Amino acid sequence: MGWNRKVLRVNLTQGTCKVEPLNMEWADQYLGSRGLATKYLVSEIDPKVDPLSPDNKMIMATGPLTGTMASTGGRYTVVTKGPLTGAIACSNSGGFFGAEMKFAGWDMIIFEGRSPKPVYLFVENDKAELRDASHLWGKSCWDTEEEIKRAHQDPQIRISSIGRAGENQVLFACIVNDMHRAAGRSGVGAVMGSKNLKAVALRGTKGVSGIKNFGEFMTATNAAKKVLADNAVTGQGLPKYGTQVLMNVINEIGALPTRNHRDVQFEDASKISAEAMHEKRESDGKPHLVTNAACFGCTIACGRISAIDKNHFTVKNSPKYWGASGGLEYEAAWALGAANGVGDLEALQYANLLCNEQGMDPISFGATVGAVMELYEMGVISKDQLGIDAPFGSAEALAKLTEMTANGEGFGKEIALGSKRLCEKYGHPELSMSVKGQEFPAYDSRGIQGMGLAYATANRGACHLRGYTVASEVLGIPVKTDPLATEGKPDLVKAFQDATAVFDAAGICVFTSFAWTLADVQPQIAAACEGDWSMEKLNEVGERIWNMERQFNNAAGFTAKDDNLPPRLTTEPAKTGPAKGMVNRLSEMLPEYYKVRGWTPEGEPTPETLARLGL
Amino acid sequence: MWKSLHIDPAKCTGCLQCEMACSFEHTGVINPAKSLIKVFNFEHEGRKVPYTCTQCTEAWCLNACPVDAIRIDLATGAKMVFEDTCVGCKVCTIACPFGTINYNQDSGKVQKCDLCGGDPACAKACPTGAITYVDADWTGYGRMQAWAAKANTAVAAG
Repeated sequence: MGWNRKVLRVNLTQGTCKVEPLNMEWADQYLGSRGLATKYLVSEIDPKVDPLSPDNKMIMATGPLTGTMASTGGRYTVVTKGPLTGAIACSNSGGFFGAEMKFAGWDMIIFEGRSPKPVYLFVENDKAELRDASHLWGKSCWDTEEEIKRAHQDPQIRISSIGRAGENQVLFACIVNDMHRAAGRSGVGAVMGSKNLKAVALRGTKGVSGIKNFGEFMTATNAAKKVLADNAVTGQGLPKYGTQVLMNVINEIGALPTRNHRDVQFEDASKISAEAMHEKRESDGKPHLVTNAACFGCTIACGRISAIDKNHFTVKNSPKYWGASGGLEYEAAWALGAANGVGDLEALQYANLLCNEQGMDPISFGATVGAVMELYEMGVISKDQLGIDAPFGSAEALAKLTEMTANGEGFGKEIALGSKRLCEKYGHPELSMSVKGQEFPAYDSRGIQGMGLAYATANRGACHLRGYTVASEVLGIPVKTDPLATEGKPDLVKAFQDATAVFDAAGICVFTSFAWTLADVQPQIAAACEGDWSMEKLNEVGERIWNMERQFNNAAGFTAKDDNLPPRLTTEPAKTGPAKGMVNRLSEMLPEYYKVRGWTPEGEPTPETLARLGL
Repeated sequence: MWKSLHIDPAKCTGCLQCEMACSFEHTGVINPAKSLIKVFNFEHEGRKVPYTCTQCTEAWCLNACPVDAIRIDLATGAKMVFEDTCVGCKVCTIACPFGTINYNQDSGKVQKCDLCGGDPACAKACPTGAITYVDADWTGYGRMQAWAAKANTAVAAG
């Protein structure tokens, strides 16, 4: 059956923990994790609710494959209304926390209300209780994990927590689990902070017993693991280089957004690339990268474990950062690096460490710093305001602004608002490189046209993980399409969006889709879960999830006008590279996309579409 | 011929497929909490180390057991816990210098690696070759071979 059929409902206002049966009718329509948790959320909250008010809810959810031997089956999702965007927020994390929730016997935990004082939730199998967290408030995610394990005398507890950024309600605060994995985007950590919920600590010893057919399941998961092992990207590229394998590739095709998207190629890309992480440093003769690491159940192991240069100016007086820790992924290396024109790998790692330590999304944070640096160069923001000179390329400014934002000091409080609010405040809304208030990730849509449409229509704001057409447009997976063409992109974007929703709902990692198609996932779900899980049904589930999220956003007040890109991308041509002279041609794609989706020209799902999907 | 579990921590990514496979083999449930092999993550060194019973010849657990519940499986060399005999006194858990025999609350008995009757599930599940099952007399073969490859012998010119 895949599911534990059990939901924990935690009312933080009243301090109660209650058990509920999982709604199996919904499980059959929305599968799990992203899909099922979103169904619960949209059924229980007013779409117009203030995301940081007690009336918003936050759900942590697993999928039917979470905690199983399916490769990458360790994912969990945080679903809530996001404070950065005001749209549906759905942030997905690996590590070991999600599997532990399954092993403790739960499918999801729903948090509602607001605790009168800081608390953490402690779950040990069936037992769930809120405990005082006054002594943890103000502590980093790292110290919180250590403290809770020490207090319970149990090193095997798995923890998700917020750091100071979440406590301070930084609008791009994330929730960190297992030291350096994160439900990263859309400010889910700020919601957790607004609820006075410091951490969720889990210990599960019951395991996963409810697989429909274990024999078929093992056959299906073994076959799928072989597909990952035999694939060049998931079998070789990602384990060796991590997602950072993309840095030089994306720079070469002229789609590496640089200096707040002023440029599309970064002259120092190679200095912050995967290859650079493997090279021995001049200062100490050691490579930056220590090893790769896997999340729960993952046979790819793209994670980076790095050791910063102890002699670097950022850490030479801070021994606590000298050990090995979570290293740069492509998105973080880009956002902290190219987006700010900073080519100092060690400085990027320092900023990355602080993001993990205090719980901030390095994408939105780094991109907001990019906007600050542009405003500084334009003379709109001064050195006096910032406390430091902050031209593009300044590693010192990056380090200082990271400290200030992570700790809620000085100008860091303004960066904490994200680029949209910050740029509006300083009279230059056009300089926020965001959609629906959420900052772009590491692909410039002037050089990869389909990504412009994917960003404009992503339900949680600009995001690469909702429809990663880069796979097709750049890497040729599953088929090569021309990154500079718009023809066929509406269909491509829809197909990626719907399929990705199924991967997310199942509880597996979307990186498997470099090698797997839905046809590789389907037998695993079918063997694990009761009911009919044909390809046709899974495609419909994906489309249903997408439309449900869209409906929520529309009810929250979003319209077709919000399916847009900043003018820089649609009016300022790329200066160099293969896309030189090009802008993103969103207007050629968007009307067709609405048609393909079965939506009105105003971006509303038609009654026929809703009826077809049972919405 | 006996075989040994051979562990190469440098190849371990910490994915826990071995723990899932072990627990499933022994309990029918995917449950790392009941695994007889554990992967340790030394976070600040960037090292992950799978660890389980090495099947000592003069096994402390076997010698300490007051009721002779731990015996050798002559086919595999594994020191086996016979649950029918074990009284759950835990003396073996004190005797073992490596901590690889432990009490199980569910059964009221102790449990340890039994090499799965000669076909260890952990080795089969490991995606990186960090855990292998090799000739018990030749656990050093791979390392010898690696050093041999570095030997400075003249190569005939072609």
